[in-house]
Amino acid sequence: MYKLLLCVRYLRTRFIALASIISVMLGVATMIVVNSVMSGFGTEMRSRIHGILSDVVVETNSLDGVHDVDRWMKIIREVGGDDIDSLAAMVEIYGMMTYDYRGQPVMKTVQLIGIDPRTKSDVSPVAGLFETSLDSYQQIKEQGQVVREPLRSAGEPAGWELTADAAEARRHRIELEQRFIEQREWERKRSQPESEALDHNPSALFEPINAKTAKDSDKASPPDFSHDEEPAVAVDPAAPQRARLYVGAGLVEYVYTDEETGKAKVMRIIRPGEDVMISTISAGRPEPVRFHATVVDVFKSGMSEYDSNLVFCNLEELQKVRGMIDPQTKDGAVTSIQIKLKNYDRASEIVQRLSTALPPGLFSVRTWEQKQGPLLAAIEIEKAILNVLLFLIITVAGFGILAIFYMIVVEKTRDIGILKALGATSRGVMTIFLSYGLALGIVGSGVGVAIGLLFVTYIDNIEKGLSKLTGRKIFDETIYYFPKIPTDVSATMVIWVALSAVMIAVLASVLPARRAARLHPVEALRYE
Amino acid sequence: MPDLLILEPTRRLMQTTPIAPVHLASIALEKSYRKGNHQIPVLRGVEINIRRGEFLSIVGQSGSGKSTLLHVMGLLDSPSVGEVLLDGDRIDDLPQKTRDELRNRVFGFVFQFYHLLPELTVLENVLAPLMIRHSMLSYWKRRREFRLAAEEILEKVGLTHRLKHKPNELSGGEMQRAAIARALVAKPEILLADEPTGNLDAGTGQEIMGLLRNLNEQDGLTIVMVTHDESLARSSHRLVRLTEGRLELLSDAA
Repeated sequence: MYKLLLCVRYLRTRFIALASIISVMLGVATMIVVNSVMSGFGTEMRSRIHGILSDVVVETNSLDGVHDVDRWMKIIREVGGDDIDSLAAMVEIYGMMTYDYRGQPVMKTVQLIGIDPRTKSDVSPVAGLFETSLDSYQQIKEQGQVVREPLRSAGEPAGWELTADAAEARRHRIELEQRFIEQREWERKRSQPESEALDHNPSALFEPINAKTAKDSDKASPPDFSHDEEPAVAVDPAAPQRARLYVGAGLVEYVYTDEETGKAKVMRIIRPGEDVMISTISAGRPEPVRFHATVVDVFKSGMSEYDSNLVFCNLEELQKVRGMIDPQTKDGAVTSIQIKLKNYDRASEIVQRLSTALPPGLFSVRTWEQKQGPLLAAIEIEKAILNVLLFLIITVAGFGILAIFYMIVVEKTRDIGILKALGATSRGVMTIFLSYGLALGIVGSGVGVAIGLLFVTYIDNIEKGLSKLTGRKIFDETIYYFPKIPTDVSATMVIWVALSAVMIAVLASVLPARRAARLHPVEALRYE
Repeated sequence: MPDLLILEPTRRLMQTTPIAPVHLASIALEKSYRKGNHQIPVLRGVEINIRRGEFLSIVGQSGSGKSTLLHVMGLLDSPSVGEVLLDGDRIDDLPQKTRDELRNRVFGFVFQFYHLLPELTVLENVLAPLMIRHSMLSYWKRRREFRLAAEEILEKVGLTHRLKHKPNELSGGEMQRAAIARALVAKPEILLADEPTGNLDAGTGQEIMGLLRNLNEQDGLTIVMVTHDESLARSSHRLVRLTEGRLELLSDAA
């Protein structure tokens, strides 16, 4: 009884003990906040990676792909049985995207993915992903004002058609270009009337791609009388190219700082409705092929690796351009089959079954996690190391407790002597200080948990406040693409952190408590 | 002084017995301290028999070892050589735990500097020996009873109005009375007082002496008091002097 009473009294009357409570508290709160934010980022990242990749990917080992997709899909369905939810075929190939920006050609290496948005939408969350990341589904806001309402409604499936806005923009742009070309023609004719005949191929640098192709089809083709008979209907200059693209935002825009307001702004170079040129290699004998394609939409998945790399193209067109379509059977080859599972927990088992069932030289089968293994592992390692470092902070707090307790024991030497004179055992005296440590740990980590959880809950408000205070944006959405800081509080983590903090507090009080227990009563009583 | 003491008939009987049995005794008690490489002898063969219900005073100069003698007999310290006997049984070689319990049940200590616990109120200080004796559960069950006992004893020493005060709000005499109340609450058989008046003015010292005498006469408590003030010591039954670690009898009132 006296143990409890004294322990509580010491806690209430020793303000120095407050210091150790605060250090435990801060350590616990920091650990909870950092862990929550880290695993929030981790979860967000995983869901974004998973957004582009479906559960299980069956890839061919050659860029030529395999024909007879239906047969392979049938095999996969048979092997996977009930676990398979849906399948989608894709062509993946490296390529280069070229467009003009202020008269200069801009080239980007890209990963070209041929998909059929209708099948892919069943399979991977790409459907959902497209809805959340494609530009035309978003409401655009600038400084809190809605600048543009979404162009497509949320339920509408993604397709390769231009939105009304994009089509209008394209028409407008092409008219401008036509006018520009006519004006240049006129100027040229005026200045060098004698070289009129050579003027059919003006410098590509100054001429927008679309205008060129439109003109190519108009004028560079051999005389065709049937074509001439119906000139207006045959070519609508504003019609989009047959190849359509969804382009990653990172490929067609850049972020700059507005000098007037100091705010980050996004400059988009290519808007939906405009054309770009794609170069890639053909199947079979690798030879370069290039084609013009119309950008239908721009997507922003939040994974910068994807946003600055991926270009989605309509599958048939890509197959045609790359010569992947069998001239006899009209069967297009694919390079990968995406599988969506009903229950992702069984993924590794399915992968096992598929790897044995499918010819090993032809395909490799992996889950999305295996495909992105190094990245995910890096996140985990980062988290583990951070935890070790933060745990060291709590250990530092533990040594603080040790020092403070030693002081308190020295200060209380006489009281310890009195207690022993009154018949208290060494064990009893030790218990006082151990339970003192336990109490400090419990109070410290309890308050720490509360503060940590509050911090995590109001992290966005705190971030805003801090940003206002320092005048600098702490959490920059343009870097992470997250509208707010992602957090993920796990109960197990909180319990572990709190328990280990309490344990460290108790461990730190063992040494002072032992010293207290070993004090000789007579010497302790004489202590001044 | 507050009105004192309901007498226990058995104790009074014992006290009136012409020669009471030996209560606490020491045989050839020696104690020395190490200081560096030297052994400094403090007690050099102390032989003393204290009878039940006796009020013994030990006088001596500072450093004569009188406090050490008290500590050794009260099991706060162990002798280098010799034995301490309680009711004829050796107690100084008992295991630590038993000695802790004996200190709690048999001996009551009163010190020169009161040695109250500064964080606790007077009442809690007085209750401390009972808290130490009982486990948390049994203390909790009997807390009312204990509280009444403590209040009764505090009334006996005249501190009823100071129950909720902290020791640093009390005067020296009040603190010593609180300390005596603490020593008595556990109903000890022997009270060991180490210069109980050493820090008090003459008048307050006399009051404390009166209190101790009353406890001895009316409750039959065996009291061993150490002091350097012979005039105070003369009011006890027997007076011994400790010089250079040995005892000599000065007066025997009995």
